[in-house]
Amino acid sequence: MGEHIVQLERATKAFALPEGGTITALHGIDLDVERNEFLTLLGPSGCGKTTLLHAISGFVQLDAGKVRIDGDDVTERPPHRRPVNTVFQNYALFPHMSVGSNVGYALDIARTDRKERNQRVGSALELVGLGGLENRLPRQLSGGQQQRVALARAIIARPKLLLLDEPLSALDRNLRQAMQIELKTLQAELGISFIFVTHDQEEALTMSDRLAVLNKGLIQQIDTPRTVYDRPTNAFVASFIGASNLFEGTVRRSSASTTVATADGLQIEAACAGGWKPGDGAAATALIRPEQFALAGAGATGPTIEIAIEQVVFTGLTFQIHGHTASGRKIVAIIAAIRRADVAQAEKDGKVRLGYDPAAVHLLPDDAPAANEAVAGVAA
Amino acid sequence: MSTSSLHRRRLAHLGILLGPASGFLAIFFLCPLVIMLVYSFLEPGLYGGAEWVFYPDNYGRILGFANPDFEVYDPVYIAIFLRSLRIALVTVAATLLVCYPAAFQISRLPSRWKNFALFLITLPFFASLIVRLFIWVLILKKTGFANMVLTSLHIVSTPVELIYTEGAIVIGMVYVFIPFMFLPVYASVEKLDWSLVRASQDLGANGFQTFWRVIFPLTLPGVIGGSIIVFIPALGNFIVPAVLGGAKVMMLGNLIEQQFLGARNWPFGAALAMLVMAAVLAILFFYIRFEARRGDDAPVLR
Ligand SMILES: Nc1ncnc2c1ncn2[C@@H]1O[C@H](COP(=O)(O)OP(=O)(O)OP(=O)(O)O)[C@@H](O)[C@H]1O
Ligand SMILES: [Mg+2]
Repeated sequence: MGEHIVQLERATKAFALPEGGTITALHGIDLDVERNEFLTLLGPSGCGKTTLLHAISGFVQLDAGKVRIDGDDVTERPPHRRPVNTVFQNYALFPHMSVGSNVGYALDIARTDRKERNQRVGSALELVGLGGLENRLPRQLSGGQQQRVALARAIIARPKLLLLDEPLSALDRNLRQAMQIELKTLQAELGISFIFVTHDQEEALTMSDRLAVLNKGLIQQIDTPRTVYDRPTNAFVASFIGASNLFEGTVRRSSASTTVATADGLQIEAACAGGWKPGDGAAATALIRPEQFALAGAGATGPTIEIAIEQVVFTGLTFQIHGHTASGRKIVAIIAAIRRADVAQAEKDGKVRLGYDPAAVHLLPDDAPAANEAVAGVAA
Repeated sequence: MSTSSLHRRRLAHLGILLGPASGFLAIFFLCPLVIMLVYSFLEPGLYGGAEWVFYPDNYGRILGFANPDFEVYDPVYIAIFLRSLRIALVTVAATLLVCYPAAFQISRLPSRWKNFALFLITLPFFASLIVRLFIWVLILKKTGFANMVLTSLHIVSTPVELIYTEGAIVIGMVYVFIPFMFLPVYASVEKLDWSLVRASQDLGANGFQTFWRVIFPLTLPGVIGGSIIVFIPALGNFIVPAVLGGAKVMMLGNLIEQQFLGARNWPFGAALAMLVMAAVLAILFFYIRFEARRGDDAPVLR
C-alpha cells in the first residue's frame, strides 16, 4: 500500500467538439493525493476541474495516462467498481426516493443487512445534522439540507476518497461558511481524503491542506494555501488568487538591491529572500498584494509609490483604496480601518503615498509560456 | 377591491376561458352519451329503431342474464370482448417494446438528427390510414410480398394464411399506434436527468440496477401515459380489424358497427358501446388512483 490515495500519471483527455475539432480538457496531468488530505482544485470555468474528478471516478475515460487509487490501477475500471464516491455539483439526489432511500442507496445496492443498513442511514443523517428526516422527499428540503443529504449519501459506504464538485456553490454566504467548517470537521472525523472543487478562492484558501490551481487543463501550481498566496509561480496564479498589483519590467540588480524597472518609469524594490533570484536584465513581474501597502507618513523610510485616489471603499475591517500612478497604472491598496483619520486626510488631498516592504515583494518569471497563456485565457 | 369581488372576477375569467370548450363538450359529447345510455336500456324495434320500454336484456344478452323469451345469451360476445382486450394489451406491450429503447437512442442523438427522427415518427400521419392499411393487405395476402419472401426462401412450401388472423390485426395495430406510444415515452426519456444515472453508478450500482432503481421509475409516467393513450383506442378500434381481420376475426368495434348498421339493432349496439366505455373508465380510475397515491412523491418535473 503506497502512501498516496490517488495518483494520476500524465492524464490526458480531449473532447471532440460538435462543430469539429477537439478541446483538450486535461493536458497530461500528474497529481499525487496524500492519505487524509484535503486537496482543493481551483480554477476558472472550463479549466478541466470536473473532467479531472470524472477521470478519478471513472465517468471520463482517459485518452492517455493512468489513474491509481490506493495503489491499484483503475484506469480501465467502470465507475461502479471504484472505491470512490462523489458529491455532485447539482446534488443529483434521486427525486423519486425518500431521504432515507437516497442515503441508503449504496448499502441497498451492496445488499447490506436491513438492520445494519437502517442504523447506518440513521447515523449518517445524524452526522450531517439531519437526524429523523428519513421519510422526507428531496424536494421538501432546503438547498442546504439537500446538500447534506448528498454528503451523507456519499460517505455512507465509507469510501477511501470523497470527490466534491462545487458542493457549496448553490448556498448563500452564511450557510456556505457554516458548511465549510462542517466539511473540514467531517473530513478530520472520517479520516478520508477529500478532493474538493471550487470556483471560490476564499473557500479554497480557508479549507485546504493543499491547493491545486488549474488553468487550461494544466496544474499551474500545487502547494499549501499560504505558499500559493505568498509565492505564486506565475502571473496567472497571482492574479487568480487574491487581488494583486503586478509590475512587469526588467530586473536591475546591484550588490545592494534588486529592482524591477517598468516601462512607465517605476522602480519596484525587491529583497528576493528565498524564491526566484533573476539575473540582471531579466524580464520579471513584481507582485505586491494590496494589504502589503501601508500609508507612508512624512518621515517614512523605504520605497514608496505615490497614487492619485479614485475611490475609497470602506468594508468594515478595511479601506480599499483604488487609484492610479502618474503614468495611469491602476493600484489597489488595503489599509486597516484603525487608520481612518489618515485615510480621511488622504481622501481630502486626493493623493496618497504608499509604502511597502521590499521583503514582501515577490518576483515572478515573466516569460513562462503557460503563465502568459493563462492570463490571456482569463481576459478572453 | 374587496375579496368577494375579486373572487367574482376570477369566476368570470374562468367562465370565459372554459365556457366555449365546456359548451362544445356538453352538446357534442355529453348529449350523445346520454342518448346512447338511454338507448341501451330500450327494446329494439322490429324493423330498427327502438320501443320506449325499459329493457335490461340488451345487457343480459352479453353478460348472461337475458330473459329467454326475448333475447338469447350468447358467450360469443364475451369472447369478442376478451379477444379485444387481449389484442389491445398485446398492442400496448409491443409498441412499448419498440418505442422505449428507440426513445433512448433518439434522445441521445445530436439535435439535428433528433428533430429528423421525430419528423419520421410523425410522417405516417401525412398519409391516409386506410391507404396505409391496404398496403399491409398487399404485404400479407396469400399472393403478397411476405408470402413471396417466405416461399422463395423455402421457409414454407405453400403460401400461408397471414391476413385475416389475430396476428395480422396485431401487426396493423402496432403499426398504427407506434407514434402514439412514442411521443409520451420520448417526452419522459428526454427529460431524464443523466446526472442521476451517474450518481447511481457512483454509488456502486451496475447498469441493470441503475435501470430498475433510477431510469425506469423516472420514465414510468411516460410509459403509463403512452400505454393509456394506446390502450383506449386499440380496445374499440374498428378500422384495423375491418381491413386486416376481415369477417374472420372480429373485435368489439366491428361488432358495434355491425349492430348499428348491418343488424339495425341500435339498443344492443349501444349496450356494447357502454360496456367498452365502462372497461376504459375502470382502467382510467385505477390510473388516477395510482397517480394520486404517488402524488406527493411524483418525480419532480424539470
Ligand atoms: N462531454 C464533453 N464534450 C465536449 N466537451 C466537453 C465535455 N465535457 C467537458 N468539455 C469541455 O472540456 C473543458 C473542461 O470542462 P470541465 O467540465 O472539466 O470544466 P470545469 O473546470 O469543471 O468548469 P466549471 O467550473 O464551469 O464547472 C471545457 O472546455 C468543456 O467545454
Ligand atoms: Mg465543473
